[in-house]
Amino acid sequence: MKIAIIDYGMGNLRSVEKAFHKIGAAGAFVTSDPAEIFASDKAVLPGDGAFDSTMHSLRESGIDKISLDFIASGRPFLGICVGMQVLLTTSEEGEPGVRGLDVVPGQVKRFTGDGLKVPQIGWNNINFTPGAPLAHGQPAGDPMAYFLNSYYCAPDDPADIAATTDYGVTFCSAIHRGNVWATQFHPEKSGLVGLAILESFSEV
Amino acid sequence: MLATRIIPCLDVQNGRVVKGTNFLNIRDAGDPVERAALYDAQGADELVFLDITASHEKRDLMFDYARRVAEEVFIPFCVGGGIKTVEDFRRILKTGADKASINTAAVTNPELITECSRAFGAQCVVVAIDPKKTGNTPSGWEVHIHGGRTPTGIDALDWALEMEDRGAGEIMLTSMDADGTLAGYDIPLTQAVTQRVNIPVIASGGAGTLEHIHDAVTAGGAQAALVSSIVHYGTFTVGEIKDYLAERGIPVRRV
Repeated sequence: MKIAIIDYGMGNLRSVEKAFHKIGAAGAFVTSDPAEIFASDKAVLPGDGAFDSTMHSLRESGIDKISLDFIASGRPFLGICVGMQVLLTTSEEGEPGVRGLDVVPGQVKRFTGDGLKVPQIGWNNINFTPGAPLAHGQPAGDPMAYFLNSYYCAPDDPADIAATTDYGVTFCSAIHRGNVWATQFHPEKSGLVGLAILESFSEV
Repeated sequence: MLATRIIPCLDVQNGRVVKGTNFLNIRDAGDPVERAALYDAQGADELVFLDITASHEKRDLMFDYARRVAEEVFIPFCVGGGIKTVEDFRRILKTGADKASINTAAVTNPELITECSRAFGAQCVVVAIDPKKTGNTPSGWEVHIHGGRTPTGIDALDWALEMEDRGAGEIMLTSMDADGTLAGYDIPLTQAVTQRVNIPVIASGGAGTLEHIHDAVTAGGAQAALVSSIVHYGTFTVGEIKDYLAERGIPVRRV
């Protein structure tokens, strides 16, 4: 099984690749080639950095189009961090008016709150929506995952929310909409909890 | 709730973990990758590697162990030491590090912080600040660079704020007065900085007892505590530190 980890010039791709290899998904590989991405069984869109610059990189490389086609084909697609945020319609971050991929209708908002440290950096609780496929095979205990974000996703449709987390607000920390999965946290950096999510994705 | 992070710090010199006192008297503390795997298993929330190798020819060693660590551990790690350019920063991230810390180059070229933050995002830009109480600045705490050897005349509190404004995602605050003494973190310094900035602050330098770590988080207001001697020599495990904090109502991540 081929899992394409999409390289569009941003993000820590090697750690995503190594995490997939760790759980036995040996077919996970990093690629920027649109044909290779489209020929894969699954695709992962990682990301670090700002919404607007990420969208610019996606457009310049044509990855925006390939991602949309891939998702439309019904194959499993996983967005991570900013790779989750760009699935939404718009963001408060960066240049106003920059559109996301609009696969999950909604807005990306900035954390605000008295005395709240922004970015959120560190381990926070994941409250999975009952029955969410992402929650499959989780180790015992209260799951925590590693976050690095100043902005969070607010999908229009609550049915898209696969997990929530509290940081000043209760926000959507994972999405499940059809064949589209996404996590605001970094599963590749979240120890056993994160590895279990990648395993669920590789088995879906 | 966001957990308070316990972050073992590994000072690496010529590929080995070492530990000094007040930035001097260096002792060997093992292999960086073995240490990283050990702390990961103990429940460390993150790891910091500071490369204190003096000569620049040895720089490739840093990339080598960063690469090896990335193969072994699936928690975030930060690498610092000798980063001078956006390209250095990019190379560190490419080897598998999630963050890079900048200390001396932030002072000699503050624009570097702005550029790295713009290029890679604030979340991976850690500014390390090494203050010492000298009385030469308004707050009394003066920023030092070059591994603590060079005073800069810059006030530590003003500097922390400027770094936040330039796009730093975190401040790693190492009190030179407290470092390696095992006498406790510099709480007044930690408190002054955490009150000044809105980004997370990692308290560093001086942890010798569990109470010291508790104080850094409660009185100091730090979001994370860097630990080195206290875990390197087996005084406490990361798990024991977290048990202590959890018993006192501090949210921590358990493994």
